[in-house]
Amino acid sequence: MVETFPFWPAQASSIAWQVDLLYVFLLVLSLVTCAAIFTVITVFAIKYRRHHGREAEHIEGSMILEIGWSVLPLGVFLVIFAWGAILYFHERTPPRDSTEVYTVAKQWMWKFQHPEGQKEINELHVPVGRDVKMIMTSQDVIHSFYVPAFRIKQDVVPGRYVTAWFRATKPGTYHLFCAEYCGTMHSGMIGQVVVMDPSDYQTWLATSRTFGSLAAAGESQFSQLGCPTCHKVETQGRGPTLNGVYGNPVTLEDGRTVIADENYIRESIMNPGAKIVSGFKNIMPIFQGQVNEEQMNEVVAYIKSLSAPPSGSAGNPTLVPPGTKPEHSKD
Amino acid sequence: MATAAVSTERENYLNSEYGVRSWLLTTDHKRIALLYLLSITFMFFIGGFFALLIRLELLTPAGDLVLADTYNKLFSMHGQIMVFFFLVPSIPATLGNFLIPMMVGAKDLAFPRINLLSWYLYIIAGGIYVHCLLTGGVDTGWTFYTPFSTAFSNTKVVEAGLAIFVVGFSSILTGLNFVVTVHRMRAPGMTWSRLPLFVWSHYATSIIMLLGTPVLAITLLLVVFERVFNLGIFDPARGGDPLLFQHLFWFYSHPAVYIMILPAMGVVSEIVPCFSRKRVFGYSFVAMSSIAIAVFGFLVWAHHMFVAGISLYSALFFSILSYLVAVPSAVKVFNWTATMYKGSISFSTPMLYAFGFIGLFTIGGLTGLFLAALGFDVHVTDTYFVIAHFHYIMVGGAVMGYLGGIHFWWPKISGRMYPEAWGRLAAAIVFIGFNLTFFPQFILGYLGMPRRYWQYPPEFQVLNVFSTAGSTILAVGYLLPMIYLLWSLRYGKIAGDNPWGASGLEWMTPSPPPTFNFDETPEVTWEAYDYENIPMPEEVSLER
Amino acid sequence: MSDSPIVLEHSTELRHHFADMDQQRDAASLGMWLFLGTEVMFFGGMFCAYLIYRLWYYNEFAAGSRSISLLLGTINTVVLICSSLTVALGVRAAQMGKRKLLVILLLLTMLFGLAFLGIKGIEWYQKYEEHHIPGSTFSAENLIQEYPGIHIDPQHEQIYFSLYFALTGLHALHMVIGLGIFTVLTFYAWKGKYSPEYYTPVEIGGLYWHFVDIVWIYLFPLLYLIDRKPIH
Repeated sequence: MVETFPFWPAQASSIAWQVDLLYVFLLVLSLVTCAAIFTVITVFAIKYRRHHGREAEHIEGSMILEIGWSVLPLGVFLVIFAWGAILYFHERTPPRDSTEVYTVAKQWMWKFQHPEGQKEINELHVPVGRDVKMIMTSQDVIHSFYVPAFRIKQDVVPGRYVTAWFRATKPGTYHLFCAEYCGTMHSGMIGQVVVMDPSDYQTWLATSRTFGSLAAAGESQFSQLGCPTCHKVETQGRGPTLNGVYGNPVTLEDGRTVIADENYIRESIMNPGAKIVSGFKNIMPIFQGQVNEEQMNEVVAYIKSLSAPPSGSAGNPTLVPPGTKPEHSKD
Repeated sequence: MATAAVSTERENYLNSEYGVRSWLLTTDHKRIALLYLLSITFMFFIGGFFALLIRLELLTPAGDLVLADTYNKLFSMHGQIMVFFFLVPSIPATLGNFLIPMMVGAKDLAFPRINLLSWYLYIIAGGIYVHCLLTGGVDTGWTFYTPFSTAFSNTKVVEAGLAIFVVGFSSILTGLNFVVTVHRMRAPGMTWSRLPLFVWSHYATSIIMLLGTPVLAITLLLVVFERVFNLGIFDPARGGDPLLFQHLFWFYSHPAVYIMILPAMGVVSEIVPCFSRKRVFGYSFVAMSSIAIAVFGFLVWAHHMFVAGISLYSALFFSILSYLVAVPSAVKVFNWTATMYKGSISFSTPMLYAFGFIGLFTIGGLTGLFLAALGFDVHVTDTYFVIAHFHYIMVGGAVMGYLGGIHFWWPKISGRMYPEAWGRLAAAIVFIGFNLTFFPQFILGYLGMPRRYWQYPPEFQVLNVFSTAGSTILAVGYLLPMIYLLWSLRYGKIAGDNPWGASGLEWMTPSPPPTFNFDETPEVTWEAYDYENIPMPEEVSLER
Repeated sequence: MSDSPIVLEHSTELRHHFADMDQQRDAASLGMWLFLGTEVMFFGGMFCAYLIYRLWYYNEFAAGSRSISLLLGTINTVVLICSSLTVALGVRAAQMGKRKLLVILLLLTMLFGLAFLGIKGIEWYQKYEEHHIPGSTFSAENLIQEYPGIHIDPQHEQIYFSLYFALTGLHALHMVIGLGIFTVLTFYAWKGKYSPEYYTPVEIGGLYWHFVDIVWIYLFPLLYLIDRKPIH
């Protein structure tokens, strides 16, 4: 059951305590500030209340005070900024080799696809201690993936992939909320994240129904859609081979170079003419409307499986929204 | 100056002409201010009623009072009405319109007919919006996020968008009038550094109104076009970008919050020196802070988008700017506090509201620091924490400033005193009701309760019940002034020219003032907040 | 503030909340400049959207740009510049008290404005014929056929035309409002209301017209002049 601590939810992820620590710092800071200001005001209100025979003393101001109470708060603010920024970087940088769970949000449910092939609706099973990266898109409007116990939240936007990551640290069942208003049953678009001990998780994996891993499902989709006609395994066909494509640079016909990340793969299937690989013609059919988001996730997972783990500098490609002009070296 | 013998028999702006036409075709800024006062109070009560329904629904975890769609419309329209039809015009269109010409020593605003036009635009917009409300309403949230608003909502998005488009022009014209008035209509001797801080605040507010509102106008227009003509500017399914909408929307809507708070700060800057009997500490710093808030306020909009999918580097920029914009607000709080040092303080109703403002704005502002911290915001954005934050500023701050100002200038506006005991009681009720309503929401937010939720998990119920209880108290606090202010129009003590012994040219006119404010153009030879030379109220003789 | 001279020469146009005509004219002028500032922000939002999409969807924007008539756009630019000339000359005529000349120049300005709108109407009609009006009748087929070498996404193409119509449409609306203002100005000018002492409405009407012209000066290259070199 979901636990509640008086002032914060369960600390069930590796960053939860860090967010709470910042919260406590801010609370204490605010309390001290309020106490100071309110005490001073109260003291003044009493000590200087209207009194027959005593006139107000006329004071213009004080440059020293003005500078002091501008610079000192600014200093404190910058400390808070830095702390928040560092935490944010950590929150937004998934570790390499995270397990990837594909998520499709739609009005009004969450659909998850595990790499091992399990599909879940409104419920997500994960093992304790494993880095999990959610690769998410929406089928319709903007939603937001929010797990208070993990202290993570990420808007899920239609038309592109976004990511969020966490490492669960405590077994239990935790709320999953949609946190971006999305229509009638926005408040009903809730579910749970079930964090299990590794052994329990293995049991769950083994006993839950699956039709093979996500990548295997993707391979099957790949065949069904006719992709091998042009995209051969060992050789270049009419289309480039997809072995080793994911995570590495691709040179386009107009000279630009892009990193082939999830968004690139997705765009290439939905809107192939947007980026033509150098040396190839613009003859790939458009698959928009023929592939739904879950099928897309499967195909993407399959194509990713054709690459060795991303090499050196390419690292974990950051997802670039489709339609943006690609850079030469993204960091 | 005419001695204030008894009466309202002396010619003043209220009795100079009678009849509906003389009001509906007036160009007198004071009458227009009252027209606005009536209109925004009307809208306030509609918006407030929706708030009450929301809080009633949230008494229980289940959605059992209204349908989900209805609830979604309630919070959407509560937000739109309160922001666009109440808070944005509130102080500027009522107190600003009434006072600014007098404060600078002018007979009217620069463009009296445009002032009247701005009121008519407000009425037309209000009419369109009320019609929208009565024929189905809108459920996009006050923020109209796409593609929900352009491609998925089945409600009257176009009508609501057009209504807000029109009321935006009302706002722009008000701002335009104020800026030109302050630049061109100051009386001889009224230099910039002698202007009341109320005028400085409104000047800064007007800059924001002028520069920011048109961007909202074009954004809403594009949403309307998209919906009507099936375009794809903001809809990814048609090639567009939903984040572009968010950037354009927040480019106005963040500065808009400064439109809503700066005037209230201006009110506090008038009340505190008057009831401390000394000039504002650090006048030029308070004045410059208003300008700084207006400028920096345009540079922070994407702090509403930290989890929306913007890049890390954008997020860093907007976070640090958000901390910078907090500094001038803090400076103001410190200066108001220092004004009380060695003052002679009395606890009139306006002063109680000023105290309330300072306290609640401080809390609201501090929680803004929480939200600007990137790593923290990820957890609490789109939760009740944000709702609590902005209500502390908008209600605990702006509305208290508004009520304080209404009470402070009530004698000038109406020629009558309100009953002081009731005034203080209402102020206390508002303060208590407010805190009980909104403080629990900070906790709710951190615990994870998202906003815009019709139903919620049971563990959030206790705090919700507290909040609803508080809202009923708050409602009483708002109803009381309605009653006793109206009562005072007939039965209140007749007010003299300057019952508070306050500084400022407006207090040198009779209460209520004559139509053209001043018989002769004043010549200002003294500094602002000249309290050394203004006797305390009990000792006020009948000339200055 | 000037002291009023003992003999008060009160223009009938002096509104009584102003101390003198100077103050009134200054206020009107500042008011119009501020209003134009708000118009800059208004169009600015759209320009912002336009710039972003042009960066992202360059091919489609280039194709769309080539499909609108450079000839007509250029003529319209010249027409508007001429109209700004007549406006400026009109303000000068008012300053010099030349009533007839003022009326002629105002009428000429309006004529140019009408010509602009007429030509714009022709351009829009051309777009209608080519199925480039966004909405249910939109089709990018003819552009796709015309430029086989580059990739054109119909949705992105529609965004170009959405912005084209939004920008030129709002601009045209401002022209129409300008024509309304100038109708009133012409009427009053003919009646002899303006003189060297009082020609403020002509001056600020002229400011408005110049602004509408300047918006076009920006719109023209942005919309019409994308990649006009021959396609490789």
